[in-house]
Amino acid sequence: MAVCVAVIAKENYPLYIRSVPTENELKFHYMVHTSLDVVDEKISAMGKALVDQRELYLGLLYPTEDYKVYGYVTNSRVKFVMVVDSSNTALRDNEIRSMFRKLHNSYTDVMCNPFYNPGDRIQSRTFDSMVTSMMIQVC
Amino acid sequence: MADAVLFEFLHTEMVAELWARDPDPGPGGQKMNLSVLEGMGFRVGQALGERLPREMLAFREELDVLKFLCKDLWVAVFQKQMDSLRTNHQGTYVLQDNSFPLLIRMASGLQYLEEAPKFLAFTCGLLRGTLSTLGVKSLVTASVAALPTCKFQVVIQKS
Repeated sequence: MAVCVAVIAKENYPLYIRSVPTENELKFHYMVHTSLDVVDEKISAMGKALVDQRELYLGLLYPTEDYKVYGYVTNSRVKFVMVVDSSNTALRDNEIRSMFRKLHNSYTDVMCNPFYNPGDRIQSRTFDSMVTSMMIQVC
Repeated sequence: MADAVLFEFLHTEMVAELWARDPDPGPGGQKMNLSVLEGMGFRVGQALGERLPREMLAFREELDVLKFLCKDLWVAVFQKQMDSLRTNHQGTYVLQDNSFPLLIRMASGLQYLEEAPKFLAFTCGLLRGTLSTLGVKSLVTASVAALPTCKFQVVIQKS
């Protein structure tokens, strides 16, 4: 269960960011912002290394004492960043991958919506409800 | 099988509708219609650029993106692959289709050569939109020497 989910555009500004409302939201925004550097580093490392496999899932970006941050980048250089609670014991890698796949599918649906202009903030209710289903139920 | 035909009919109607409504037959009105078509193709290309490469691995270089256009995009939209891709290795690519599905119903040869650009504008926009989602800024123009063979020239803009 994620604590914070963010969708960041190619130009590194947020298209959508939502966190569990109990915590100080600014802290999560800051974490997502710092994780962007790690994402960029991984992307450029992928470009330089002569690796055949270029995966979209970036894996664990960096762990802090309370939280772990995971990243995923699409072919259109849109980044998804997810912050999960460390105390939530061993969310398996597969589960994180499937959460990112759901995010990617919903994002693609938003993109195909003719009323959505690429580059705007995401205001789709379907996307919202999909993200809610992925986040912790606190109250 | 019927899906391809639906898009062809829709496209024909789009072109016909734009030209029927326009009272200004001069080059100004013509250009606006062409840009409207190109704009539509651009938005569709942006959405396709997001949806089609979904299960694929990340693209490593520009040539991979162009190959994706020629194979996967063309197959998804027109049920066939692009016939040839040439490049001068300096940012210009020429994609040639020897039997372009939107032109093949019209004529085979030189008849209707002046009308052909109207039917290529949407596809130029489509290519430009898909390229733009995949991170490549470009300029796409189309040229027809003899129906139904047409060439799309993609010039990558280095910013």
